[in-house]
Amino acid sequence: MVQVNDINIKMGGEAGQGVESSGAGFVRALAKGGLYIYGLQDYQSRIRGGHNFYQIRASEHPISSFSSNLQMLMAFDNETVTEHAHELVEGGAIIFDEGLKFNRADVDAGKVKLIAAPLKKIAKEVAGDDIMANTAALGVLAGITGYEISFMEDVIRRNFKRKGQAVVDANLAVVQRGYAFGADNHAADYQWKLQPMPNPKQRMVLTAHQAFCMGAVAAGCRFNAAYPMTPGTTIIEWMTAHAGKYDILTKQTEDELSAILMAIGAAHAGVRSLTNTSGGGFDLMTEALGLAGMTETPVVIVEAQRGGPSTGLPTKTEQPDLEPVIHAGHGEFPRLVMAPGNVLEAFHAGYRSFNLAEKYQMPCIVLTDMMLSTTQETIEPEDMDFSQVKVERGEYISKEQLDAMTEEWTYLRHAVTPSGVSPRAVPGHPKAVYITTGDEHDERGYITEDPPTRVAQMDKRMRKLEGARQEIAKPTLHGPEDADLTLIGWGSTYGAMKMATDILNAEGIKTNFFHYIDLWPFPAKETEALFAKAKHTITIEQNFTGQLARLMRVETGCVPNGKILRYDGHPFSQEDVVAAVKKEVNING
Amino acid sequence: MADTLVRPTTGQGIMMVNKVDIKMYQSPEKSTWCPGCGDFGILAALKQALVGLGLAPHDALVVSGIGCGSKLPHYLRVNAFNSIHGRALAVATGIKLANHNLKVIAVTGDGDGYGIGGNHLIHTMRRNPDITHVVENNQVYGLTKGQYSPTSEHGYLSSTSPDGSIEVAINPIALGMAMGASFIARGFSSDPKHLAQMIMLAVQHKGYSLVDVLQPCITYNHVNSNEWYKERVYKIEAENPNYDSTDRDAAWQKAQEWGTRIPLGVIYADPSRPTYEDQVPLLQRGSLLELSERAMRSDYDYESLKAEYM
Ligand SMILES: Cc1ncc(C[n+]2csc(CCOP(=O)(O)OP(=O)(O)O)c2C)c(N)n1
Ligand code: SF4
Ligand SMILES: [Mg+2]
Repeated sequence: MVQVNDINIKMGGEAGQGVESSGAGFVRALAKGGLYIYGLQDYQSRIRGGHNFYQIRASEHPISSFSSNLQMLMAFDNETVTEHAHELVEGGAIIFDEGLKFNRADVDAGKVKLIAAPLKKIAKEVAGDDIMANTAALGVLAGITGYEISFMEDVIRRNFKRKGQAVVDANLAVVQRGYAFGADNHAADYQWKLQPMPNPKQRMVLTAHQAFCMGAVAAGCRFNAAYPMTPGTTIIEWMTAHAGKYDILTKQTEDELSAILMAIGAAHAGVRSLTNTSGGGFDLMTEALGLAGMTETPVVIVEAQRGGPSTGLPTKTEQPDLEPVIHAGHGEFPRLVMAPGNVLEAFHAGYRSFNLAEKYQMPCIVLTDMMLSTTQETIEPEDMDFSQVKVERGEYISKEQLDAMTEEWTYLRHAVTPSGVSPRAVPGHPKAVYITTGDEHDERGYITEDPPTRVAQMDKRMRKLEGARQEIAKPTLHGPEDADLTLIGWGSTYGAMKMATDILNAEGIKTNFFHYIDLWPFPAKETEALFAKAKHTITIEQNFTGQLARLMRVETGCVPNGKILRYDGHPFSQEDVVAAVKKEVNING
Repeated sequence: MADTLVRPTTGQGIMMVNKVDIKMYQSPEKSTWCPGCGDFGILAALKQALVGLGLAPHDALVVSGIGCGSKLPHYLRVNAFNSIHGRALAVATGIKLANHNLKVIAVTGDGDGYGIGGNHLIHTMRRNPDITHVVENNQVYGLTKGQYSPTSEHGYLSSTSPDGSIEVAINPIALGMAMGASFIARGFSSDPKHLAQMIMLAVQHKGYSLVDVLQPCITYNHVNSNEWYKERVYKIEAENPNYDSTDRDAAWQKAQEWGTRIPLGVIYADPSRPTYEDQVPLLQRGSLLELSERAMRSDYDYESLKAEYM
């Protein structure tokens, strides 16, 4: 039975073999044809060798997760076969260069097809150079799945344009030969097909980090200091790549302490400022977090999680830093924590983080992870609506307002107010000369240890959280209001949990899914309301100790019935979630 | 040095004529320093220098760390950010990059600037932002009650070095030269007039300028007392009017002098080195603050970003 536009393809190879560029090229060709794409990447912390893969899911319908079931494996090395051949479904195929040596016994030949393709030979014959073998492979892939070659050709023209017409032409010739090989020899007995949509709609395919940066820059972020650390680095790289277009200043610093402190300095001076890191770098930043809290400086910190502790799993995904970011730093001070779960939530977090940080004059931590840093999702371009991005500065005193002040007026940087928010002026104006400090201070900013003043300042700083609480993104509910099973998650598990919820409902298990976006101040009321109704609750997290479950319990007393935890460095697929949920509630799937 | 002069100010890009008077720098706060502490002389010199340069309190921004010396910005009325121990230079750099119209001055102790802040120090020297760094170098940890510091001499006795400190002292002058600091001077808190001159020259220098200030801590450092310094210090200029601070070799020689004779004055200067800000093309079009305020009014085209992902 032929199945059209519903496929999972995995390309695997060593670092340096071009897995990423091949995957990205195919994704683009499919997206141009109007298909929804989900692109998962997995790589190791090394520049050459090792095992990397790029998994592409394509569909006519929106998709928010990858699947554990592959229909096609493209192997650039033998490890790809040994590691992933078992993920292929009945009738699936492995494409590899005929020269690749692997143990054929590793593959169940009755179940999957072995397609030994003359990839290097084609490249050599047609273009005189076997480095174009990847291009031949993409041709074979398109030929077998029957995907219109013109889409591949367009991608080649676009990708190789910079290298000159000769390179473009050579790659075009190679892709055509690969295509012919696949179409002529293997298309007939391969059941999964790809087809461009009629009048294909052009959609965006991007990562959550890219979307976050777009939201941030649209909100006026113009300073980004960072010290490189995977998977956070893609933020400052994006900002640097767009610095010329948007007048952004980016600064690589000597360490993460300097990164956050420069961001605090720049924010104090009035520029919307960002820093990015991963867990290890965040540990260093912790010292300065309290300084931002105490001096009431708005600063945004992207903490892209990876497997911990210590150096941990540098390029693998995990959610081990929820409690650390909520509690980081000695002493008590207010902060915001948001954990976008997909591309659009990340876009919204991009501008919301800056607005809330500035309105409430406190640090805002945006938790992402390896998965969100690298996974590509498809969105409707109109859903990324820049017209809804408003710059909200809160109680910010403009230069014009300062000009109008009388000589007698004394500016109180840390004025005690009912909301706790003290109107903020940036330094440089004669009417607002002030000091601020990480020591306890009075309304003017001068150091004090006077108990009533201390209490008033502490109260007013913490009071700001009450206002912020009204503005945080509330958890979302997917699926029927009334369900037998309620799945609860946060951050990047969103896509897999959402699709798993749909699968469970389709199987007759009435399930809904409660997803947290903002986690601090903690949405306690919403959590309590959920638990008042839910029948059986299961939290799903990528950490060892169940940090969300513990947070819910501490903040509300609500205790989930079950916990599903994963910390092997790999993200959940939709099937992983379905299987784990069934196991948890003893349903045999 | 006139206490009063008429000059245009640069705050937030507006031009207005402002009278700068030392009284403008009067803080409402009373100092918590021990009577006789060398920090008083540094405070007086800094005020004199700011007035001498014709800077109003809103034109400058003083960043400090933590320590006795780092309390200084509370005792003069000026824009200030009293940050955390060792981190003043990083905060100062962020402020300078965001608004290079502000005269940014970092004030730290020796533990603050040369010890816990050492990593920021060497990279700020390499980076060369237009920041003046005044180090209140009392060769001891004052605020934590007298432990040895990175500039304490070998053998210095303290509560945490009862048998004498084992490490050799940091030589900030030589360190600065090695790390690319573009202006290095030494002053003495008991000669505030000379020190004010050093600070003025440092602020006028474009780039990172270090003013290492010998500062007696009368309470804890009984070795490097006021008398100890007085017996040793001499002014380079007075001794050798032809001393050329741009001559690296001569400066390197001077940098080694310590012990029986301690030179005061501008030891090294490289006025030709461009600042960090000067090498950022973006900042040639205005301050980042101005650009960012424009961004917040949203005159940029963001919609076109979508095409990159289609
Ligand atoms: C992270 C951190 N570690 C330690 C301290 C405690 N502490 C405060 S001031 C100081 C040393 C001060 O010495 P110095 O910088 O030379 O300044 P001084 O008091 O001598 O002027 C120390 C260790 C602190 N505030 N923060
Ligand atoms: S302890 Fe030393 S440095 Fe601190 S105030 Fe007293 S004399 Fe000055
Ligand atoms: Mg000291």
